[in-house]
Amino acid sequence: MNKRSSWALPYAIFLVLFVALPLILIILYAFQDGSGNFTLANFTKFFTDADAIGTFALSLEVAIENTAICILLGYPAAWILANKKYNRSAVTIVLFIMPMWINALMRTLATAELFHMLGIQLGKGTLLVGMVYDYLPFMIYPIYNILNKMDKSYMEAAADLGATPWQVFWKVQVPLSMPGVISGVMMVFMPTVSTFAISEFLTNNKIKLFGTIIQENINSSMWNYGAALSLVMLVIIGMTSLLQDNKKEVSGGTV
Amino acid sequence: MKRIFAQCYIWLLLIILYAPIVFIAVFSFTESKVLGNWTGFSTKLYSNLFTGDMQGTGSLMLAIENTLIIALIAAVVSTLLGTIAAIGIHNMRGKTKQAITLLNNIPMLNPDIITGVSLFLLFVFLHISQGYLTVVLAHITFCTPYVVLNVLPKLTQMNPNVYEAALDLGATPFQALRKVLIPLLKPGMISGFIMAFTMSLDDFAVTFFTRGTIGLDTLSTYIYTDARKGGLTPELRPLITLLFVGILILLIVINIRQMRNSNTEEK
Amino acid sequence: MNNNEYIIEIKNISKSFGDKCILDDVSINVKKGEFVTILGPSGCGKTTLLRLLAGFGTADKGHICINGEDITNVPPHLRPVNTVFQRYALFPHLDVYENIAFGLKLQKVPADEIDKIVLKVLRMVSMTDYEDRDVESLSGGQQQRVAIARAIANQPKVLLLDEPLAALDLKMRKDMQIELKEMHKKLGITFVYVTHDQEEALTLSDTIIVMNEGKIQQIGTPTDIYNEPQNSFVADFIGESNILNGRMVKDRLVEFAGHQFDCVDEGFGEDTEVDVVVRPEDIYIMNKLDGAQFTGKVKSCTFKGVHYEMFVDSDKGYELMVQDYNAFEPGSEVGLLIRPADIQVMHKERICNEFEGEVVDATHVKFMDETFECEEITGFETGAKVKVQVAFSKVDLIDHPEEGTLSGLVHFLIYKGDHYHLTILTDDGYHIWVDTNDIWDKGDLVGINILPKDIKIIKADE
Repeated sequence: MNKRSSWALPYAIFLVLFVALPLILIILYAFQDGSGNFTLANFTKFFTDADAIGTFALSLEVAIENTAICILLGYPAAWILANKKYNRSAVTIVLFIMPMWINALMRTLATAELFHMLGIQLGKGTLLVGMVYDYLPFMIYPIYNILNKMDKSYMEAAADLGATPWQVFWKVQVPLSMPGVISGVMMVFMPTVSTFAISEFLTNNKIKLFGTIIQENINSSMWNYGAALSLVMLVIIGMTSLLQDNKKEVSGGTV
Repeated sequence: MKRIFAQCYIWLLLIILYAPIVFIAVFSFTESKVLGNWTGFSTKLYSNLFTGDMQGTGSLMLAIENTLIIALIAAVVSTLLGTIAAIGIHNMRGKTKQAITLLNNIPMLNPDIITGVSLFLLFVFLHISQGYLTVVLAHITFCTPYVVLNVLPKLTQMNPNVYEAALDLGATPFQALRKVLIPLLKPGMISGFIMAFTMSLDDFAVTFFTRGTIGLDTLSTYIYTDARKGGLTPELRPLITLLFVGILILLIVINIRQMRNSNTEEK
Repeated sequence: MNNNEYIIEIKNISKSFGDKCILDDVSINVKKGEFVTILGPSGCGKTTLLRLLAGFGTADKGHICINGEDITNVPPHLRPVNTVFQRYALFPHLDVYENIAFGLKLQKVPADEIDKIVLKVLRMVSMTDYEDRDVESLSGGQQQRVAIARAIANQPKVLLLDEPLAALDLKMRKDMQIELKEMHKKLGITFVYVTHDQEEALTLSDTIIVMNEGKIQQIGTPTDIYNEPQNSFVADFIGESNILNGRMVKDRLVEFAGHQFDCVDEGFGEDTEVDVVVRPEDIYIMNKLDGAQFTGKVKSCTFKGVHYEMFVDSDKGYELMVQDYNAFEPGSEVGLLIRPADIQVMHKERICNEFEGEVVDATHVKFMDETFECEEITGFETGAKVKVQVAFSKVDLIDHPEEGTLSGLVHFLIYKGDHYHLTILTDDGYHIWVDTNDIWDKGDLVGINILPKDIKIIKADE
């Protein structure tokens, strides 16, 4: 028995080398200047640069707005899909899930082309719409999953105890589906706040997001500043993941 | 009434969601340079894509080839690595198990850009020149956790005694692994493999940061560079359409298979 | 070398997981062809012992021999034993035939030979014509049969069965018990059977080994174990019983429930504290009061199918369980009688709590990793090792664990007619035994207090 636990050893070494060490390196580089001395300059540079802070704030704003819109549009859709009364076909479910499997860049480009064709001016509006296009399935899927697996007897028990259908929804289904919503938030908020490339296509390079700044700095060999910015993003991500319990069950699994 | 309303909502959402791809697909059958300008039915874009009769298709074909090879290697390696790791993790207890599970979750929780930047820094730090090898290593890094995640539940569902039963009946530990454990984990390994493969196919950010400057392109980075030069090259329309149809068929096959599986399980 | 009659010899086996001792110096000998049952509550170490026999895990100490050969360190696939697992552990990716042939194929037995063996064992478990079936399409009972067939196909010298019937429903279990017994006779090999079901053990076995807390409590035939339990644990675990505190007045005379009774036990000495077991069906209950040894008042009466089960308050305030074919109305006065041969007298495992302790200062002593206040200590210096005694009835249990000097949980309890005898397991892993009139349940968390005057300090053993 104990011997078999050692089978994880190669992977443990792999994880340390390719997951733990790189993250430590981000921290290390973030607190160094170009010649390897300890410094806080990278952070002072960021926090005193109005442009950078502005981009950071805009990224957060877009991510929050996108997440909110995805919940508003996605929850009802997931609820309908999970409800046998309204939806019996597996095809609609596959259709909602499928975009998750298609290269996000391609989908974004297609969306941008459509805006272009319809003569819509690219800007913050198209950025948000494009983001919702990209990430809505990631919100619907976990919520659908949890609603679909939910034991119907909870709802029946609530109705039996005198709850109206509306009360059953708000007092039983919604609270019980919260883990799915949180999973969805993770799957939408995190990629949105860290996105690059997508925002360039959707705004014709007019609006820069935080991810783009990181990418530009790394690409122009400003590794230390880039690492510092990445660390700032990691902190945001870390704070978001506190939302989620350790036991997450929805994000994994198959279609 | 409510039913009709619900159906309308769902289908409206789907129509809006699929509008861009549908337009791309429609306009993949015309030669027009701009979307929305129908210049008559033609399959020229398709033949261009396959015959390479256009500027840059050579490197497009190369990018597709790279994408597939990298995805295949990454998926195979991470399936092997992840399956063996999952068996080990399953037999672990306490703190070590928690630690390795946490590390395993990091690549799935981390945004692509962080994974990309952190691996970029690793390769810089270790003075490994970036190219094919680093991209493959990076892909294995973010693919393996999904294999582990798919295989672990199969281990938990499995009767804990089957491995011992095989030993009890005279199998050596290796025979028990080959004749009992692997066949039973196969469904998890297959779905892990498929996930790893598609994750690798889809990846843009991690490849972008770890491909170095040798001009290595996967489909994603090719499209990115191409689009930055100005809009969507017409030849990408048939490509997007074909990928779309391919994935649709794949998903339908997987779903039918799963439904069949769950049906037999219910019996 | 192989000159003994025992097929299995387990010598002084000990095993711990972490600091929890699972098996504590267990020794067992099993004769060739015997049907041996290891019986005990969950967590008593019985499954661990079976797994050591099969080779899944290694003992910390001791040896295991099968057929005279030391196999303590032999890996499972080289041992001449096969196992029927608790939840069958059939290979779901193989059909019935392939499951049974699994071991034979590994041994490279020729195909036509395998065919013959598979058909033979399938006939033996009455599952002919099932060889092409998918194992997951079989019912629980059928899977059980296939699991047995698979294990015996390898022609083991010893068949190990780990609660094989636990997952079956009652009716199926009864049928399988009979079949197992017949199969044992036909095969003529040794069966080692693990169960927590005392009735199953009594029905099936030639020999029963009763285990508790990693120790063997008693080894004997089913009748021995039932009629002459060696301690209160065995008496309580096997069948229904009245267990009472008693006093051996002299040979063949015992006092319990406030009366003196003739009995058949000798050699306990005079005035010795003992435990007394009387089975409920061995207490005669009657309407007329003369001719009875003592009287009582029926408290409740429940019909149990064949007999009535009654609780009777005796004249001296003891509650006794009585089984009889006739019903007696609750509230009625009855006469009670127990025959000498039906009284089972047992040595007490302990008559008070004893701990190893250390004197802290003039009024404090440390034991069970905790310092207790006690009355002034005379005759021992600070730091001296002493023995601490606390009477069962002087340990005070309270509802709130945090308010006690120590905390623990109720691990085991026996009703002794007029009080409960509890085994408390403290958080630090010590046992402390308590007599109380309060009602506690197994698993309750309790606080433990001991008054200074109830702590008795005596000289430690050398």
